[in-house]
Amino acid sequence: MMVTARFWRENPSRYNLAAKRCNNCGKVFFPPRAVCSVCHRKSLGKMECIHLKGEGEVYSFTVVHEAPSHFEMLKPYVVVMVKMDEGVMLTSQLIDVGAKDVRIGMRVRATLRRLGEDGPAGVIYYGYKFAPVRQEG
Amino acid sequence: MRDVAVIGIGDTKFGELWDLSFRDIGIQAGLAAVEDAKLVAEEIDALYVGNMSAGRFIDQEHVAALIADYSGLARDNTPATRIEAAGASGGLALREGYLAVASGMHDIVVVGGAEKMTDVGDVLATEIQSSAADQQWEVVFGATFPALHAMIARRHMHEYGTTREQIAQVAVKNHRHGALNPKAQFQREIELASVLKAPPVAEPLGVFDCAPFSDGAAAVVLCSMEKARRYTDAPIRIAASAQASDTLALHTRQDITSFRATQVAAREAFKRARKEPKDVQLAEVHDNFTISEILAIEDLGFFPKGQGGRATMEGETALGGKLAVNTSGGLKARGDPIGATGVAQIVELVQQLRGTAGKRQVPGAKVGMAQNVGGTGATVVVTILEVV
Repeated sequence: MMVTARFWRENPSRYNLAAKRCNNCGKVFFPPRAVCSVCHRKSLGKMECIHLKGEGEVYSFTVVHEAPSHFEMLKPYVVVMVKMDEGVMLTSQLIDVGAKDVRIGMRVRATLRRLGEDGPAGVIYYGYKFAPVRQEG
Repeated sequence: MRDVAVIGIGDTKFGELWDLSFRDIGIQAGLAAVEDAKLVAEEIDALYVGNMSAGRFIDQEHVAALIADYSGLARDNTPATRIEAAGASGGLALREGYLAVASGMHDIVVVGGAEKMTDVGDVLATEIQSSAADQQWEVVFGATFPALHAMIARRHMHEYGTTREQIAQVAVKNHRHGALNPKAQFQREIELASVLKAPPVAEPLGVFDCAPFSDGAAAVVLCSMEKARRYTDAPIRIAASAQASDTLALHTRQDITSFRATQVAAREAFKRARKEPKDVQLAEVHDNFTISEILAIEDLGFFPKGQGGRATMEGETALGGKLAVNTSGGLKARGDPIGATGVAQIVELVQQLRGTAGKRQVPGAKVGMAQNVGGTGATVVVTILEVV
């Protein structure tokens, strides 16, 4: 579905949640972008690289039953929008949980997983998925 | 800016048109519109074509030139332009044609929209449809286009108490309307229970919550109002055209239970037309999924936020209700050949405002609105038409 470089160049964000913060207003952007949508040109030169800590809560979710060909083996799978603690929202899959146990508001943490591959002999690529945060003790 | 009128309309049946190619349907709709307006080719100043993804559906780009060629306009070297804004391609093509006439650049233009989706299978069609969303940051992670709308539905249910039954009722109503439209892809009524127990696509949405993959085309002829009476006794005035954008990815928004671009475009359209929601008798809205219609009727200002589901369940948006929504059957039952959809909405409104909509006629319709959406609300075009 994608050539290698097209995926590889996004690895800093897909592996390590590299983001940008506007040091003019404090707003965080993921994936990184060159200019703040609030401050516009006042943000130029003030967009700082940060990394999201990886935790947040489920904002909305669905269970996907009709999937593109490269997700055929996974279905049904859970897709979530997660509101990260830094305030930005991400879309990915939620794993290690039964579809019936997913709730809006549940705490989740990003984890590195296999996302797909370029056909049976192609490069495998990885990125974040989410898993429930287990309560200690 | 000059006043602009619709003086001709044409469309094909929507559905799985296996015996017709992209150029066949494009020409069929275009010629019907030109014939309806009683034009000759030399009078056409320009052609605008709405199309989302011919490159992926039929491996053909440069489709405006293709349509100009097969409609005979290339021989006159008439300029032809393709417009792409995913699901809003047709509505945006209409807007570009409108601007060209309103500005005084052209007097008469043809605006068409076409998509040929069934030359590829359903799995590939879903992938192509999903390219309207953010490919790199939504789709790669497994979010399909239905999945994104399912998450909108889930959140709307969570925040406003909208029920699964209320969402499903959109499909029941639109199939009932579609049963009255001889051009519709689905002309059969369905029961609420069938929608609820249909195979799931992306929970809570099932097969009957999703518009189908369709082939089809639609076209309209636009003319300056001053010249319109030479061609028709019943010109339909474009009272307003408005367009707005929002973030490409759904997750970049503060709130996914509204499409801000719909709200902004609707506000501007009402202001330009000097009208209010109560002045409108019918609306064609972008029900690519059932939940989308609930968002639309709220965001356009017809119902308060969170009341769209209740209003639908109580019949306020059905034929005979307070506001007739999607009398054509909508994308759900009429079909959704992506690039054609925004133009087909205008064709339906014009039929209603001319009083020629047959069994689905809204009695005394004077003002109609169309809302055409690209992606998950990243592009929205709102148009208001009225009887002169």
